[in-house]
This record gives sequence, C-alpha cells and structure tokens, in this order.
Amino acid sequence: MKYTNRLLTQIVFFFIQNPLLKNIFTGTIYRGGGKRICTPGLNCYSCPAAVTSCPMGAAQLFFAGAKHNISFFVAGFLLTIGMIFGRFICGYVCPMGLFQDIIYKIKTPKMRVKLKFARYIKYAVLVLFVVVFPMLFINDLSGVGSPWFCKYICPSGTIFAALPILASNEYLRDFAGNLFVWKVSLAMWLVVASISTYRFFCRVLCPLGAIYSLFNKNALFKMKCVESECVSCGRCAKSCHLFLNPAKRPNSPECIRCGACIRECGTGALCYNAIVDFGKNGGNSKDNGENEENGGNRKDVK
Amino acid sequence: MKVKIAVKVAVILFGIGLMIFGAVSGELSEIARKATKVCLECIGIG
Repeated sequence: MKYTNRLLTQIVFFFIQNPLLKNIFTGTIYRGGGKRICTPGLNCYSCPAAVTSCPMGAAQLFFAGAKHNISFFVAGFLLTIGMIFGRFICGYVCPMGLFQDIIYKIKTPKMRVKLKFARYIKYAVLVLFVVVFPMLFINDLSGVGSPWFCKYICPSGTIFAALPILASNEYLRDFAGNLFVWKVSLAMWLVVASISTYRFFCRVLCPLGAIYSLFNKNALFKMKCVESECVSCGRCAKSCHLFLNPAKRPNSPECIRCGACIRECGTGALCYNAIVDFGKNGGNSKDNGENEENGGNRKDVK
Repeated sequence: MKVKIAVKVAVILFGIGLMIFGAVSGELSEIARKATKVCLECIGIG
C-alpha cells in the first residue's frame, strides 16, 4: 500500500458518496434506493450530492422516533465497520475528514495543541446529543424527539447541505432563523479552528469518531510497531499531527491511521497490519502485541 | 492469537447479523423515508 495516496483515496471515497455534484447547483436531493444504505463516514443525507445516508442521522432517527429504540441496522453497521477498520475510516473515507485536511493546508499559523482533555468531549456528544437528548426531549404533540446532533452541532449538515440548498431555494431561505444563525456560526468557528488545528472537529466533537475510536485497538485493520526494528528515534512522534506516540502506542483511540508516522519511520518498524503485515518487513515482522499492552516497558522515545 | 482473531470475526458476524435483522424488520425503508426528504433539522430550519 502506498501511503502517499491517502488524499487520492479520500477524494475517490468522497465522489463515491457524493457523485451528484450537479444537484448542488439546483438544490435538489437524491431520492433513490441508495439512501437506504449508510455510508461509513459523516456525510449528511441532505447534502444534494449525496447518494447514501449518514449513520449518525439514521441512528438519531430511531432514538428520536415514536418508539425511541435503537436501530439494529445502524448498530450492526457501525459494529462491523468499526471492528474491521476502526478509525481508518476517519483517515481515508470520511468526507468531513477530507474537508478538514484540505482547509488545514491553508497557510496560516498552526496551533499545535494536544487537546488532552477536550478530546473526551466527543464521547459526551455521542451519549448526550445522539442518544439521550433525542430520547428525552419529546414534542408533546408529535410524540417524537429531535436529532440533536444534526440539529445543533453537525457542521457537515451546515456546510454540505444547508448552504447549497438555501442558496438555491428561496422558499426555504425565508424560514432560516436563529437556529440557522447558530449552525452557521458554529460551522464557521469549526472551520477556523480546523484551519489552525489539525482535525479539530474529529478530535473534539465527532460522535462517529468517538464510536470508531472504541474499536481502534481491537480492529482487524490496525497498526503495529516491530520492537526489534524500532530504534526509538522519535521521528514518528514528531511527524504525528495528533501528537501521539505511535512507537509506544500504535493503536491509540485517537489515531486516524493517516500513515504520516509510517512514511517518516526510517527503519520500517511501523506498519499497517490486518492479520498479515503491509509494511516493509512484510510477513517477517514480529507481532508486538505484548509490547502494546505493556507500553511502559518500552524505552521512551527520545 | 487465533482466539483473538476468532473473537473479532465473531463480533463482525454478530454485527452483520444485526444489520440483516434490522433490514428484515423494515429499518431501511424508514431510513430512506427520512433521507430522501430535505432534513430541516440538518439544514438549521426545523
């Protein structure tokens, strides 16, 4: 696998999920059978170009619905994708991830912050805005709740759905009020934050990233560091935009599998692994599962 | 190692089972019903 092709892979997946670009100019949305299927990334189903559904939107639909139950399809989908790929989806498939990667390339002073505590906010967003609030706050007349994450937070809905739809639909534009102002303000703030801080939204607010992060350590597709090859030079940690230490903890919940550390590693100690290795050492590398569990036993990276 | 992989495969199969159960019980139509209309909450109107 060539790691330099990540941007190309992201673009390909973006167009697989959003092929109907002409709809952006007309403000109409796709109404075909593809909308029955969820996409693994955060991709608003009201985006005019989208041909699939957003798993977070679909999950909230059931939590907020009249029965307030869990969607077995969405739960099974996230379990399967998470168990196979983990946060590889964030790094290679998610359209919102691609958007943030592109705007981060804008030349401005960058804030290299670890977000040590802020990264836990996304788990609160997942529990409260995706599950609890849609089930708890019910409209007395209709008996259903609201998709709180979509309604109050999701920048994907604002950027990829609201702006193109309202730009071309004068009738809907008349209904844009305080909620729209809030969503646009939040989206603008997240864009500014993501220009200066790498993957700010993914790291702090994304509930889908929070779900996939739970699988990162045990997913079939993961990373590994071959202890015998690692010279503890620290180049991998320096190259990581997320301030992780891949040599010490290659399967951190925060790792989006961007592969920057693998490209930087001079000895080929780091590699992708899914039952077999995809590294320079191929199948000859030793499994360092013990090392990962006993991270403290390793020599610290200088 | 083999046990670990077997557990992972079992979890994946369980996930696929959940998906099939959800699909059979009509969840896909419900998702499509929502997704084929403009979601007013998503665009900051409703």
